[in-house]
Amino acid sequence: MPLRLLKYAFSKNHPDTAFFTQPEKLKKSYDVVIIGGGGHGLAAAYYLARDHGITNIAVLERGYLGGGNTGRNTTIVRSNYLTPEGVKFYDTSVKLFQDLSEDLDINLFYSTRGHFTLAHTESAMRTMRWRAEVNKHAGVESSVVGPEEILKACPQLDISCNDHAPILGALYHAPGSIARHDAVAWGYARGAYQRGVDIFQSTEVLDIKTEHGKVVGVNTNKGYIATNHVLSAVAGFTPRITQMVDIKTPIIIQPLQACVTEPMKPWLNSILVSGSLHVYVSQSSRGELVMGASLDPYELHSTRSTLDFVEGLSANILDMFPFLSNVKVVRQWAGMADMTPDFAPIMGKTPVEGFYLDAGWGTWGFKATPVSGKTMAETIANNQAPELIHSYRLSRFSDYELTGEKGAASVGH
Amino acid sequence: MKLLKCPVNGSRPISEFVFGGEFRVMPNPDIATDAEWADYIFNRQNAPGIKKEWWFHSPSGTWFIAERNTVTDEVINTYLLNQTSMEFSHE
Repeated sequence: MPLRLLKYAFSKNHPDTAFFTQPEKLKKSYDVVIIGGGGHGLAAAYYLARDHGITNIAVLERGYLGGGNTGRNTTIVRSNYLTPEGVKFYDTSVKLFQDLSEDLDINLFYSTRGHFTLAHTESAMRTMRWRAEVNKHAGVESSVVGPEEILKACPQLDISCNDHAPILGALYHAPGSIARHDAVAWGYARGAYQRGVDIFQSTEVLDIKTEHGKVVGVNTNKGYIATNHVLSAVAGFTPRITQMVDIKTPIIIQPLQACVTEPMKPWLNSILVSGSLHVYVSQSSRGELVMGASLDPYELHSTRSTLDFVEGLSANILDMFPFLSNVKVVRQWAGMADMTPDFAPIMGKTPVEGFYLDAGWGTWGFKATPVSGKTMAETIANNQAPELIHSYRLSRFSDYELTGEKGAASVGH
Repeated sequence: MKLLKCPVNGSRPISEFVFGGEFRVMPNPDIATDAEWADYIFNRQNAPGIKKEWWFHSPSGTWFIAERNTVTDEVINTYLLNQTSMEFSHE
């Protein structure tokens, strides 16, 4: 438990200070400008300051901190991926997450629940076995389990799914967890701020200036900043930023929707995912069921919600848990997912010198917040991407060397 | 329910349609370099705006073009591509 909490247990006052104070004005120049005040951007700022001694950094956020996909995901953290590179990368992230509450001195409500990826067909079982073996090989706890073990963890589940999609088994991943996502952004923001990083909300980047293929500055709605290093960590806004530096990417923006129910007494400990029913569900520490489905089926740069989504999702949830029929959905929302063709991110250097990309986080970005921050900080500090993210480089698309993670996406997209 | 106008069948529920991606001209595979071909396969004009896209009306098997604003989701126009036109083929 963070010591700060314990201290307050004996105090009548709770004089918590603000997490950060926004400076009045942008400085004329910064060593590094980070576009995007979400988990990824703030984590990069934090690790640059903490591990590399680079503190003259501005984080620019057009809205408010953690208001993008950091605050819109369904908070699942796991490492049961399909490629050896992916397993290693996400496992590093899970391990960082496990110590992150201590590290950032903030309660992230990090809660290890166990994660079941349900298989309703033989072909899905085959993928589960494949993933289990790749995971075990990398030392990640994953195994294929049968219906009895699923029911033991979650007796409320209708294992036949209303008789039309019987569950044959699952990939069980014990370290699967959930966390309070906005606290991750706040924790990193405070840690970065304490080390001298400037954070600006309501500050939109309008243009990136380059000279002879090198970044020289950034134009914002609050003025110009001279800088030679720009990191774009803006998820669904990536195409607007890459357009400013004339970089082409395969990213397509599609909305991903989610919703929560009214709070209930705790009954669902595990995280359940069904690829066939396009559902993932967990119960938050507040008691709400947090639920998501697959992507909206076409490109759209918008965070609008639809009735189609909540209807479709509810029908599938009721196949799994018929007793939820009277439970109300209280909130729904959407995020703009920056999808890549191989379901792997795009990280590292780009053809424009001094312009770094942390993008292509589609539907899988939250769990990678710590590791992406750490590896992008390393990339910027050394001007070279570490081995861990080599297979996520932008040039993999011109090298025809993709990193196929589609089979590890939580639901069939 | 969102509707989309199929040029053959009129306004139909969006669930009857499949998004086919941005309309693009294929480079000539016989003379395209590896880099040009990779650019064609993977890269997209992905910034928001009014775009020309392929859509498919699934029940009737109709492929057609929609001009759509990818920020507001407003469809400006839908039409069949003139199959005799050279729009299909590479430059």
